[in-house]
Amino acid sequence: MSNDKTPVLQQGDRPAVQIDGVTKSFSGTTALEPVWLKIRRGEFLTLLGPSGCGKTTLLNLIAGFLEADNGELFIDRELVTQVPPHQREIGIVFQNYALFPHMSVAQNVAYGLRTRRVSKAEIETRVREALALVKLEDFADRRPRQLSGGQQQRVALARALVIRPRVLLLDEPFSALDRNLRTAMQVELREIQTRLGLTTVFVTHDQGEALSMSDRIAVMSRGRIRQIGSPSEIYDTPDNHFVSTFVGDANLFHATLRKVSGQELSLDVDDTTMALTTYQEHLPAAGPVTLFTRPEHCSLTATGTPGSIPATVALSVYQGSHAELHLDCPVAVGGRVMLRVPSAEALPAGTAVGIVLPNRGPAIFATEEAAS
Amino acid sequence: MRKTFIDHVLDWSGRLLLTLILLFVMLPFIVVAIASFNDSAILTFPPKSWSLHWYANALSYRDFGEGLVNSLKVAGLAAIIAICAGSGFAYVIDRYEFSLKGVLNGVLMSPLIIPNFTIGLGLLILSAAASLPRSLWLVVTVHVIIIMPFVVRSVYVSLRNFERRYEQAAESLGGTPLHVLLTITLPLLVPGLISGALFAVILSFNEFTASLFVVNQSTQTLPVAMYNYVREYADPTLAAISVIYVAVVAVTLLVVHKIFRLEKVLNVE
Repeated sequence: MSNDKTPVLQQGDRPAVQIDGVTKSFSGTTALEPVWLKIRRGEFLTLLGPSGCGKTTLLNLIAGFLEADNGELFIDRELVTQVPPHQREIGIVFQNYALFPHMSVAQNVAYGLRTRRVSKAEIETRVREALALVKLEDFADRRPRQLSGGQQQRVALARALVIRPRVLLLDEPFSALDRNLRTAMQVELREIQTRLGLTTVFVTHDQGEALSMSDRIAVMSRGRIRQIGSPSEIYDTPDNHFVSTFVGDANLFHATLRKVSGQELSLDVDDTTMALTTYQEHLPAAGPVTLFTRPEHCSLTATGTPGSIPATVALSVYQGSHAELHLDCPVAVGGRVMLRVPSAEALPAGTAVGIVLPNRGPAIFATEEAAS
Repeated sequence: MRKTFIDHVLDWSGRLLLTLILLFVMLPFIVVAIASFNDSAILTFPPKSWSLHWYANALSYRDFGEGLVNSLKVAGLAAIIAICAGSGFAYVIDRYEFSLKGVLNGVLMSPLIIPNFTIGLGLLILSAAASLPRSLWLVVTVHVIIIMPFVVRSVYVSLRNFERRYEQAAESLGGTPLHVLLTITLPLLVPGLISGALFAVILSFNEFTASLFVVNQSTQTLPVAMYNYVREYADPTLAAISVIYVAVVAVTLLVVHKIFRLEKVLNVE
């Protein structure tokens, strides 16, 4: 884990991991539709999605615990589709850490070096370095069960890193930690990962975690990657209904698309016709659509203001610096929208208001996508 | 909340029922234990005077001593064979899909349905047909067949509950399948294997019906020796040896419990 171990950079933009049309089904049920994905060297890529979306299946395919039905998988440009896990040189940290309970911390960390027949002296040095990296030098002789959750996770990380893996896989590693510890471990892990320049695939269902940690996020649902991009691309410019609601809060309205010219739209919401500019390049055909905005892009105005959407305050939730206003709004998808206002400007329930949409930035999604 | 009168009645009737059930279960042993201290040479109940000389008799009777040695040999050998083969079968059934899996499972479990005397008789006929001697190995074979289903079940349950992530972590760290099996899976399965072996030893030690068919004078196990004794004598020696028998098994279990924590071994934690 010293300085000479920074990953060797190859010329050009050769992906550290390349997934070419990989599919997987379990006894007839499709877990993964054909997936294409290139993970860059040193990149922190997050697979984000609800349970059952195929993210863990994809991780297990990269690790080699599952065999793909179709498609090819490359690690460092080497074809590994048929290569068993123990020859893939991959580090993995599981949700429950899976520390070997019958071994000490040092033995756990040394396991991957023993299998590689590294000399005794070198094992000792590298185990010490790895434990120093995760600040657990003094815990080498403890048993895993004598450690706290956070310490166990560090051991799991040290055990995965000590073999200098080509790819680090993280399977929801933070979900067993309490909130404060989780944040601290996220920062620490990201620091180590950046310092070592380690290609990392991180699986989570927690969108906050994904947004704060990733270089890129692949949002998945129903065995498909629905969008892939930087956290801000995913948050600010979602491609579809699913991504817009799964990542961050979304206010969605029933609307009718009238006219499209380039990225200029004309559409009807309720009885109001509005002109909007979208970031989207692919737009659905004219007709009924779903209009998407983020709460922070919507603003309130007096009820009846021309061009505003009528709504009534249903509930005001105090959140310290700001308040969440939940509004009943007949044209909203689900009949509800949410806005954040400074606490001082919170309105009592029953107040009639108008919602003003931003004229730049919102997106429209084909209505049938609402089903996914 | 204060308990009502009905609650108290239910509470106490429950305890009474439990005590009665326990008494019912223990009754045969209690009667035998009392009878073993009977001074009279005839098994009468309750005893009129007390003595320990039946214990002395039981411990000095040659057939019992030889039977005990045979029983221990058979139980030890049968348990070792059954645990090795049974773990292998359990592993295969848990981990692999193959066309004859149902058949294998059925064959392994069939001794649960086939009566022990049928197994004993079958092996007796077979060994006679193959002109094999009625050696201790024949007894061991019969015992392996009888205890195998229990061993397979016991190890299979441990494998089902086994956290596969341990193996996956070890594999990702470069462990070949064999290395992972030896360094991770087996050490973590030790409680399950001990529980299986424990079942095997106790079942084999208590086995009587099938053994009766395949033993001869020199290979008879302790239960068979006891049966032969009671056919000739009706004194309380048998009661005494029964008490010793129970005591030995109980002490064994206690030791296992002290060393391994029985709840863990028996998977009831």
